[in-house]
Amino acid sequence: MYSDYILLHPNDNVIVALKNYSQGEKIRFGSKEIVLTSRIEFGHKIAIQKIAGGDAILKYGYPIGRAICDINPGDWVHTQNLISNLKNMK
Amino acid sequence: MKGFLRKDGRKGIRNRLLVVSLVECASFVAKRIVETCDFPDVELIGFSGCAPNDYALHLLEKLCTHSNVGGVLLVSLGCENMDREFLYKKILDSGRPVRLLVIQENGGTNKSVAIGKKMIEEVKNGMNYDSVDFDFSDLIIGTICGGSDATSGLTANPVIGMTFDNLLDRGATCIFEEPGELVGCEYFLADRAMDKNLKKNIIRTINKAEHYYDVMGHDSFSAGNAEGGITTIEEKSLGSYSKSGTHAIDGILYPGINPPQAGLYLLDVIPDGPVKWGFPNINDNSEIMELIACGVHLILFSTGRGTVVGSAISPVLKVCANPITYKNMSDDMDIDCGGIITKTEQFQDVCQNLLSYIEQVCAGKQTCSERLGHKEFYIGYKKFDMKC
Repeated sequence: MYSDYILLHPNDNVIVALKNYSQGEKIRFGSKEIVLTSRIEFGHKIAIQKIAGGDAILKYGYPIGRAICDINPGDWVHTQNLISNLKNMK
Repeated sequence: MKGFLRKDGRKGIRNRLLVVSLVECASFVAKRIVETCDFPDVELIGFSGCAPNDYALHLLEKLCTHSNVGGVLLVSLGCENMDREFLYKKILDSGRPVRLLVIQENGGTNKSVAIGKKMIEEVKNGMNYDSVDFDFSDLIIGTICGGSDATSGLTANPVIGMTFDNLLDRGATCIFEEPGELVGCEYFLADRAMDKNLKKNIIRTINKAEHYYDVMGHDSFSAGNAEGGITTIEEKSLGSYSKSGTHAIDGILYPGINPPQAGLYLLDVIPDGPVKWGFPNINDNSEIMELIACGVHLILFSTGRGTVVGSAISPVLKVCANPITYKNMSDDMDIDCGGIITKTEQFQDVCQNLLSYIEQVCAGKQTCSERLGHKEFYIGYKKFDMKC
């Protein structure tokens, strides 16, 4: 089974788009169907579960930062809702 | 797989004859000897500086006695600071045929080239050509990335990580590097350390890299990274970090230090002490030489935008992350990971392709860069507190 996204680690709460997705597009993830809440470009992250503000975003199985607001499945995860845990991040 | 057994018990997957220029002033003669020689496995390396440097001497010693090297011709001008007698003795003690050509004592360019060619014949005749079985437990493999793009952390780097896991399960030794590209991952790395002391050292190493790059004014996160979908520095570093796989980390190495036993190692390429002599990773070949000086037989080079370099001494194997790059530069690319993106191949299948390709290269198959004749090398000035 091939898909238009990649899950880099089984523990991750985001997947990475392998194509340019339009808003409202539906993707099948396991038994779930996820509706994309915005346009999401190749290489960008999509939430696959509900992530509360302050919780870790996991990619490659590791935290890449934390949510600065509540994130829903199908949301684009980027600079608007994800912040680094390193203090020197620009 | 087959290898060449050396006196110290290590086995090489190639049997190179090295011509080593000990200063820039000797490089023309050394190059001319290599060019006019019809033995295909003759390769040129060298150090261009005249002022003495312990790191460069140590690196040359380790490269000349590398398991992929069967014999050596040292080419000296005569007045440079490089300790040619020390090198000569170390190579001789390693059981390899070695000759020393001093240009000032041999009548200049033309006479030295002629004598050098005779010396090559003598070295060639003294080399051991018998092959023995070579297992994964004999293999030391390194990885670097260069010309990275948004696909590197999605395909090629995780493919290399999984391949490292497979190789470690088979008893191989794997080395990853560039602490500067692991900033933000120090605690994840430290969690994989075998003991408390190593944990501390990993964090110290990454902090040293961060400080060095800060002083150099180097910024590892670019606008292009964010456009490509990378949000945070730890996310970018993790893309590079994924090359290291998931096994426990057994230790930290420094350029020219051989791994003490099989396992997974981080190579620290960042000099110790105050920042001097410029960037620690001036180009990809500088890092490749440092990996080779640690005994690496074969380098897995992850690239997204595409690179063409190879190396003297050890084969470089390109693992191409981006399907468009693969199409544009297929002559230079050994493994295509693009099928993961174009959905024509499963991740596991690409890993399997890479593993069997490594096996073929260890059995003598030429990588693309070897076939094309790439034999780049680079050694700069550096200082490390740790020495063998």
